[in-house]
Amino acid sequence: MRNKILWLVWVTATLAGGVAVAAVMYYGGDLRSVFLIGKTTSGHHQIEMACDACHTDMFGGIDALQKGCVTCHGDELKAANDSHPRSKFVDPRNADRVAVLDARYCVTCHREHQPGITNAMAVTLPTDYCALCHQDVAKNRPSHEGLAFDTCGNSGCHNFHDNRALYEDFLEKRHGEPDFKEILLVALSNWTPPADQPKPARKALAALDADAPADRRGALKHTADWALSGHAAAGVNCSGCHQPRKRTRPDEWVEAPGAKVCATCHTAEAKTFTEGKHGMRQRDGLWVSRKDDFLGLFEDKGLPPMTPALARIPMQDDAHATALTCNTCHGAHKYDVKFAQIEACESCHADDHTKAFRMSPHNALVDREASGDLPKGSGVTCATCHMPKHLVRDDYGTEKIFVTHNQNDNLRPNEKMIRTVCADCHGLRFTIDALADPALIKNNFKGKPAHHVESIDWVENRMRERARRQQQ
Amino acid sequence: MTKKLTIAASCTALACAGVLAMGLGSPAKAGLFGSDDKKGVSYETFTDMLHLVMASDREVYTKMVVGRLAAKEKVIKASEHFEDEKALPLPAQMFRFGSEKVSSKTDKFTYQLLSLWPINKQNAPRTDIEKKGLAFIAENKGEKPFYGEEELGGKKYFTAVYADVGVAAPCINCHNAHKDSPRTDFKMGEVMGGVVIRVPMN
Repeated sequence: MRNKILWLVWVTATLAGGVAVAAVMYYGGDLRSVFLIGKTTSGHHQIEMACDACHTDMFGGIDALQKGCVTCHGDELKAANDSHPRSKFVDPRNADRVAVLDARYCVTCHREHQPGITNAMAVTLPTDYCALCHQDVAKNRPSHEGLAFDTCGNSGCHNFHDNRALYEDFLEKRHGEPDFKEILLVALSNWTPPADQPKPARKALAALDADAPADRRGALKHTADWALSGHAAAGVNCSGCHQPRKRTRPDEWVEAPGAKVCATCHTAEAKTFTEGKHGMRQRDGLWVSRKDDFLGLFEDKGLPPMTPALARIPMQDDAHATALTCNTCHGAHKYDVKFAQIEACESCHADDHTKAFRMSPHNALVDREASGDLPKGSGVTCATCHMPKHLVRDDYGTEKIFVTHNQNDNLRPNEKMIRTVCADCHGLRFTIDALADPALIKNNFKGKPAHHVESIDWVENRMRERARRQQQ
Repeated sequence: MTKKLTIAASCTALACAGVLAMGLGSPAKAGLFGSDDKKGVSYETFTDMLHLVMASDREVYTKMVVGRLAAKEKVIKASEHFEDEKALPLPAQMFRFGSEKVSSKTDKFTYQLLSLWPINKQNAPRTDIEKKGLAFIAENKGEKPFYGEEELGGKKYFTAVYADVGVAAPCINCHNAHKDSPRTDFKMGEVMGGVVIRVPMN
């Protein structure tokens, strides 16, 4: 009897102790990595310690995971006119398709922590998954007869989600475009608001207008840099950033205003920054530990900013510890957008594509624009392609330009870049071929595409066939 | 004898009471909104009413928006690529967007616009009932709907198919001219497709 009780006590104590240790390790945050069941994909590895970003409910099953996916990627999919929206698969008439590919849920194709089976675009299915539903594609598209099903999505023809630059009518409309368009200008670089649109009444400021108290002035350089910045030109004084709550707390002076202060004016830039690889760790709602989660034993702790040391692509040796905030690229007071467009990128990134930029034809345009040889808007910088400008209209038709700071927005699949960037200067055929040529991307587009995507040829064939039929 | 009669009468009364109780207690025919104390609506009536709303809105958009502004007044185009071309969504797209919105809000019914001659091949009939229903409404020139039951993904559905008739010139012209249209001889008032409404049966 005594032995039985001792066994019971031992088992109970062991279980309780185990659970307590596990709970402390998980809720404490710092030791969470032991719970990772496999290497996280490149898309998510930065936030893998904020487990509940994806695992929104411990017992919620697949729906809880789906909620996590949609929270970050839902808007992006909507904007992409997702070719395979969930609504298609919740429809009962597609129940047989769901039985072979349950595309109602993201994790059917994108399973996390599965490095052994993870392919491009974090897809964890065999690469011929299109065949599960589209085996009979050649019936309506004879040009597709005999094509291998692992070529649908990796040769510049189709994407599962975003086909905004690949749909047939888009190709048909642009099939005859020359490689280089007549006017080679980045479309929105010289944008000005419509004449009838009310302009904010702001007076440009000069160094003498600086309103920082004498004891807060700091180095003269700060005032000099500010006086030459876009902030001074737009009438934003020292207090605009250093006294964000000037009305309610006139005595408060914030020494180093953070991203939240930038976001009060640069809302879309700040938001998109947290949607890309540079700022995703600073997205709201990502926690490593929460005070409310475990008896109040731990503090609320988020993720520190991204550093190049955490990156999985080549970075400069001397930049490993640089924390990425707004000022990392924009440099307080000076806010030199020229620096942010190329040099800031080069100060961290050390991959072949980046290292080849200075010898690229795009950079030659930057140099020629700088020397006055070409008009403003001719140069193509890192930011031109990876952080392009967008023209947006609000519900009242007011137009505004914003610079997306989600560097990933048009990067993968790279055909997303066609509409937002390449099409300003290049024909569609040339662009699709260039983006499907990995060697050309590596040398930063020095030369002509060595690869040819046949989709435009097929579209032209269909156009010819149609014209022939109409003549008969 | 009297005892036998009493027993027989009691049995009859009990049986009647039983039948009555079963009748009162059983759900109404459809069981859709039926409960113990409220009569339900039949599946047919339910889908008929849904279709009436859908078909009316569809006709209003086709005639009063697309037909008037695009075909008649020519102040704006209607295009499949309405975002790129800053145009009006096509009536069929308008219908699909509504259907998608509904399916994001409820699983009590779903609906689609399908056709035996679809421009988008994904809108061809897939299930046996869809094939039968679309053939039925075409044969009957849209005079009566088709009702049926089917099992999809292990669930039973009541499925109704209603004729979708070409009501305005843009319907006919676009379908007859589209490069992917398998049929180019549609005439006004002809059945061009069908609205399929599905209701899960409990």
